[in-house]
Amino acid sequence: MAGAMPLLSITTFTPLVGVLAILLFARGTPEEVARNSRWGALWTSIFTFAISILIWANFDTKTAEFQFTEKVDWIPAFKISYHMGVDGISMFFVLLTTLLTPVCVLASWRAIEGRVKEYMISFLVLETMLVGMFCALDLITFYIFFEGVLIPMFLIIGVWGGPRKVYAAFKFFLFTLLGSVLMLLAILTMYFQVGTTDIPTLMEANFPRGLQIWMWLAFFASFAVKVPMWPVHTWLPDAHVEAPTAGSVMLAGVLLKMGGYGFLRFSLPMMPLASEFFTPFVFALSIVAVIYTSLVALAQTDMKKLIAYSSVAHMGFVTCGIFVANQEAVAGAIIQMLSHGVVSAALFLIVGVVYDRIHSRDIATYGGLVHRMPVYATVFMLFMLASVGLPGTSGFVGEILVLVGTFKISTWVAALMATGMILGAAYMLYLYRRVIFGELTKEELKEILDLSPREIAVFAPLIVVVLWMGIYPMPFLDAIEVSVANLVGEYSTALAAADGAHFTLAGQR
Amino acid sequence: MTDLPQMMPAAPEIFLAVAGMLLMMVGVFTREERAAQRVHLLSLAVLVITMAMVGILNGGKAMAFGGVFLADDFAAFMKVLAILGAVLVLVMGRSYVVREGMARFEYPILILFATLGMMMMISANDLIALYLGLELQSLSLYVIAAFKRDAMRSSEAGLKYFVLGALSSGMLLYGCSLIYGFAGSTSFETLARVLGGDIPVGLIVGLVFLLAGLAFKVSAVPFHMWTPDVYEGAPTPVTAFFSIAPKIAAIALFLRVMTGPFGELVEEWRQIIIFISILSMSLGAFAAIAQTNIKRLMAYSSIGHVGYALIGLAAGTHVGVRGVLIYMAIYLAMNAGTFACILAMRRKGEMVEEISDLAGLSRSKPGMALAMMIFMFSMAGVPPTAGFFGKLYVFLAAIEAELYTLAVIGVVTSVVGAFYYLRIIKIMYFDEPAEEFDTPIGRGLGSVLTVTGIVTLFFFLWPAPLLDGAAQAAAALFAG
Repeated sequence: MAGAMPLLSITTFTPLVGVLAILLFARGTPEEVARNSRWGALWTSIFTFAISILIWANFDTKTAEFQFTEKVDWIPAFKISYHMGVDGISMFFVLLTTLLTPVCVLASWRAIEGRVKEYMISFLVLETMLVGMFCALDLITFYIFFEGVLIPMFLIIGVWGGPRKVYAAFKFFLFTLLGSVLMLLAILTMYFQVGTTDIPTLMEANFPRGLQIWMWLAFFASFAVKVPMWPVHTWLPDAHVEAPTAGSVMLAGVLLKMGGYGFLRFSLPMMPLASEFFTPFVFALSIVAVIYTSLVALAQTDMKKLIAYSSVAHMGFVTCGIFVANQEAVAGAIIQMLSHGVVSAALFLIVGVVYDRIHSRDIATYGGLVHRMPVYATVFMLFMLASVGLPGTSGFVGEILVLVGTFKISTWVAALMATGMILGAAYMLYLYRRVIFGELTKEELKEILDLSPREIAVFAPLIVVVLWMGIYPMPFLDAIEVSVANLVGEYSTALAAADGAHFTLAGQR
Repeated sequence: MTDLPQMMPAAPEIFLAVAGMLLMMVGVFTREERAAQRVHLLSLAVLVITMAMVGILNGGKAMAFGGVFLADDFAAFMKVLAILGAVLVLVMGRSYVVREGMARFEYPILILFATLGMMMMISANDLIALYLGLELQSLSLYVIAAFKRDAMRSSEAGLKYFVLGALSSGMLLYGCSLIYGFAGSTSFETLARVLGGDIPVGLIVGLVFLLAGLAFKVSAVPFHMWTPDVYEGAPTPVTAFFSIAPKIAAIALFLRVMTGPFGELVEEWRQIIIFISILSMSLGAFAAIAQTNIKRLMAYSSIGHVGYALIGLAAGTHVGVRGVLIYMAIYLAMNAGTFACILAMRRKGEMVEEISDLAGLSRSKPGMALAMMIFMFSMAGVPPTAGFFGKLYVFLAAIEAELYTLAVIGVVTSVVGAFYYLRIIKIMYFDEPAEEFDTPIGRGLGSVLTVTGIVTLFFFLWPAPLLDGAAQAAAALFAG
């Protein structure tokens, strides 16, 4: 029965129904409005999550085709349609979004006091945009969702952010907008080459090599900013530091995945020749990202900034894995993105917990928290180790798969990437030691309280996911496998075909 | 003596002209304190009827007055937009004119005549008809720019506009005469037939003069100098009118002249249009950053928007013209909305115009702030607002015509432009509240704000009518 329902559209637009409900029913005194908005947003997002679980439950892991597809003519004059569908690559990103949104709502329960209604509406709109983006199978629809994300995020950073929020919000918006508009031109070029913006059709198209190079660069401009790759990552630390906790969670958890998803969905299948051409370039940037930003993270005194830089490093693994383009590495990159989505989200929440109490993100403010907050210390340890990539956590599965895949292509790249893992352990353990261990000497920390039941409820689902993915990743890998195999297969076929054509030409000459 | 059927295509214009003259009588013969109100309402009715007539009487291509007047789908589309602009301005400006002592019956009548001029321009099929329409429009506009005659700024704006406008009309007329001299005809159809292949240099010079005159009317760089001063000085509803209706008419003229009589010379004028377009987009984006007065900011913003619209013309294709038409229609909605917001910026009975006066608007007036935010995101071209679709279709045309450099410069300046639109949102949403604006903003203003806001935000739900209409109108231009 669920197969007949437009499950993806329901998942995408349920949050908007919630927005409408909040607008209509959240009335009365300011306190009542705030309370109703919180509950409205929470129930909406939990309901959305429940629906998205149905997608997974009904997902056919045996096919690489797009599933749950819906197609409605939207602008027939331009052959633009509202086309939705998921495959093994995009399905888990939808779930990641719907999982993190209720977590964000819950995490902001007490932290946000001003303009609660607008805040909750922003998060629900953000959820719609993100889910829609991962499901869209039409380039224009995709672009609208992709760009639409900027509006709620801009407001979340700018209205509820920290002291330098204006700078951070502008930098975030303008950086990503500049990347995206170039992608728009590439999308329009594709449209004129093929005559449609339908993604499955475009995946079949063969663009000439010279054109592919240009289009690849335009798409790269957009996705590299989103990932973010070194050297266009500078907006990320600013945005993370200034955003409210839940904003950072969405930013690190889902928004960064838009870039990786874009590479997988567009760059590799549509522009294989250009992707191959630029692979060394991407490797170089990824290695710099992994090693350089890890070192930068080591030197940070601000907790959020440290985690922000660690995100850049972890996403370096992802970009490297994607462009290695073999089964292990691509699957690893996807797992790594999901894992990072949960782990970095959790780490930002962990910072948020103490920030709500002490209102400082400075590492030096803390120390010896284990004496007052044992549960907190345990949760922190779990996610810290997951971020390091300890076996048994989700971080391990992703990183090891990427490294295995990379090793097949180039020992050197793999070796340099592995250095990043060591550095990752260094800065995370160093952070943990400074915050949690040692004597509890600071006066203001002596009265600090451990996690409240609400906060435990925030972390519980994330802990389950991290351990599940780490101990028994098969359900995830199964769903991903066929789609990745198809992607990698098509990619190597396209390269081989181009090589073949090359040889024939040489032979004729 | 022209017989009646031949005048039928011009029936809306004739109706508007007669009605305008009758309204003058009404104004004179009504008691003074009631005259302004009555004429205002009647003018609105007249405009709505004219718009209906344009819609109903439109049926393919028809000529009048020996071929100097042309009514086709393109003309109908543009006329509806221009009249709609005038209607919106009259609706939202009503309380302003009463408050600011501008409530004289001549004001709506001048707007009627300006609109009539625009309709003549849009339907012009001959260089002389073109000039007549243009002058009827311009003369009315000069007067309403200075309509607040006791205010120094308004008079200054009117004078400035008149002097520079007269200069540009002169250039345009000079261009027309050169074209006539070298081509031997003023009729667009004859020109289209004889031009092509090797053409004399004098004709190119004439074309350049004509382009300069038109560029002045749409306030494209480098003929934009009057815009910020006139926008700032003129009474706000008049500024709103300037930024909408005459722009639409002048763009229509641009499209008609360039694709019609000079359609064969695309290679000659394309580089000029590209040049103007790049300059307008860049100036619109960079110069607006430093503005503190919101009306001046809107002036630079409109210069930028004209630059984007001209991208479509530079493509010179059916897709390009369609892009321009879509762009102008969306521009009409979001610009009218923005000016409705500006008109609502009133504190203790005084109009305020500084951008900083908007501080914290999201808390004192959430609805108005939300509407303004929608317009700003739309002007910046962020999806899913309507402004994105406007930009999408002109860039589509540029890519189709392989004008890649123009397209890249266009999107980059749109990012720069996004900065100052975002700055307004920042001031409204991130800053601490300034003193509150007066309430209520008035029914006319409120309804314009709501309608344009909804259209701008939800355009994506049902874009087909506008897209189809624009496609049909563009097709009429290329029918032959």
